[in-house]
Amino acid sequence: MEGAFILEKLILVVIVFTVSLVIAMYSTLAERKIAGFMQDRHGPNRAGFGGLLQPLCDGGKFFFKEEIIPAGAHRPLFILGPTLAIITACISSAVIPWGQTLTVGNREVVLQVADINVGVLYIFGVVALGVYGIMIGGWASNNKFSLLGAIRAASQSISYEIGMGLSLIALLMVTQTLSMSEIVAQQSGFVNWNIWVQPIGFLIFMTCAFAECNRVPFDLPECETELVGGYHTEYSSMKLGLYMFSEYINMFVSSALMAALYFGGYNFPFMHDLGLSQNWITILGVLAFFLKIFGFIFFFMWIRWTLPRFRYDQLMNLGWKMLIPLAIANIVLTGVITLIKDTYFA
Amino acid sequence: MLPNKPIKETAMQSLSNRKKIIEQKPMNFWERMYLPAIAKGLGITIRHFFKKIPTVKYPEETRPYSKNFRGQHSLKRDEQGRERCTACGLCALSCPAEAITMTAAERKKGEEMLYREEKYASVYEINMLRCIFCGLCEEACPKEAIYLDGPHVTADYLRKDFIYGKDKLVEPTFDITKLIQDKTS
Ligand code: SF4
Ligand code: SF4
Repeated sequence: MEGAFILEKLILVVIVFTVSLVIAMYSTLAERKIAGFMQDRHGPNRAGFGGLLQPLCDGGKFFFKEEIIPAGAHRPLFILGPTLAIITACISSAVIPWGQTLTVGNREVVLQVADINVGVLYIFGVVALGVYGIMIGGWASNNKFSLLGAIRAASQSISYEIGMGLSLIALLMVTQTLSMSEIVAQQSGFVNWNIWVQPIGFLIFMTCAFAECNRVPFDLPECETELVGGYHTEYSSMKLGLYMFSEYINMFVSSALMAALYFGGYNFPFMHDLGLSQNWITILGVLAFFLKIFGFIFFFMWIRWTLPRFRYDQLMNLGWKMLIPLAIANIVLTGVITLIKDTYFA
Repeated sequence: MLPNKPIKETAMQSLSNRKKIIEQKPMNFWERMYLPAIAKGLGITIRHFFKKIPTVKYPEETRPYSKNFRGQHSLKRDEQGRERCTACGLCALSCPAEAITMTAAERKKGEEMLYREEKYASVYEINMLRCIFCGLCEEACPKEAIYLDGPHVTADYLRKDFIYGKDKLVEPTFDITKLIQDKTS
């Protein structure tokens, strides 16, 4: 029994890992395609049919590029930076429930790598860890632009984590649990999605997720116009590739998080009215979940090609003077509403 | 920081009434949230997402040339395949870019099948780097000997290779009977 359990989890880990890598890979293509369409052009369309082989070519090119470690750089930390970035990006997907249970033979397979009861906290911790990759890389480069980028990344990350945490507290007041699988299970159907009870919280969470992923309009750590390449100025070859990759994996994971926390995860409308067997509902649920994730990834890119980058003081103003007070107000509001509901409508 | 006071109108009289006075007020709470502006921007980009893409995918697709496109020059032959040019130099004279040079020669006995006039150009060169494809040489020619009806002049590595001699300019001889056959068949 134990062996089967380990094997099952191992297979799941490999699948989740592969899927997130492939999605991150093709996000790079999707990003350029979407950018192209939004600017009335085609985007890459030479490698393979419609540019489908472009990510592979890019990956190959990254491997063949010269690997430079600057003379003044702190070697071990310089290597540790991108490693940490990609590891933290990959492990945060462990607690996301990808679907309900599949019945294979007489075994119930839960489509979640680790159902820990503090899932939300775990994600929070891992996300907070993510900034270390950038910090260490930027510091170890021994380059003032990299250092500036790293400092920006750190302060931005800390500022927006507060807003993110506060917006999540309001959500947790509604869900009464920290376990990801329970949060998603509570949102079955369509009307139970958390977005209907926490719209403001979702908005804050999304904004903070953008900032945590260092995506435009909050990509100040790598702001090309001011900092050459930001924290990865000195990086080349696959180390740079890993940084880029971790950004896309982060985007995928935060899309999954938003879909799971606020948009019902694997739940889809009328899922109980179709009269399908559990396995089919699970499979359709996984598809629905990925549809939502792709929707969010598209939204990430859509935003990127619409908005200009914020100025640093605007970023800080938005984080501290708008989002945090708003999130606190949201908590109070949620508390009041819950109280009223419990006293008068229970 | 943005200036908080509206900019005062100057005493200068405006000639048209197209001038708009833009007031710069400090942003209100809703504007400072950026959300309405973001939504508007998203609307604009998504409209472009579904627009027709005007790009011409070049090697596979080509744009049609205009009817009076002026490309590489060709020195024409007459119906019997003889070179029309008589080396009068009018084209060189009319050329604003001074791209044309030539050396005249006298037609010898037995060369009547090669050159239409008694005088012909033994050397005729156009410097394609100088030429601006204005077509004035074509207009100046009294013998209808030069036309800019060729394709694009292609890129090359050396400057000297852009000086096109008669080998590149003169039309290839063709068999007129074959052409008639092709037309009728
Ligand atoms: S096209 Fe104009 S510039 Fe070119 S050779 Fe003729 S006259 Fe000169
Ligand atoms: S091309 Fe025409 S204008 Fe020029 S030299 Fe010949 S005949 Fe004269």
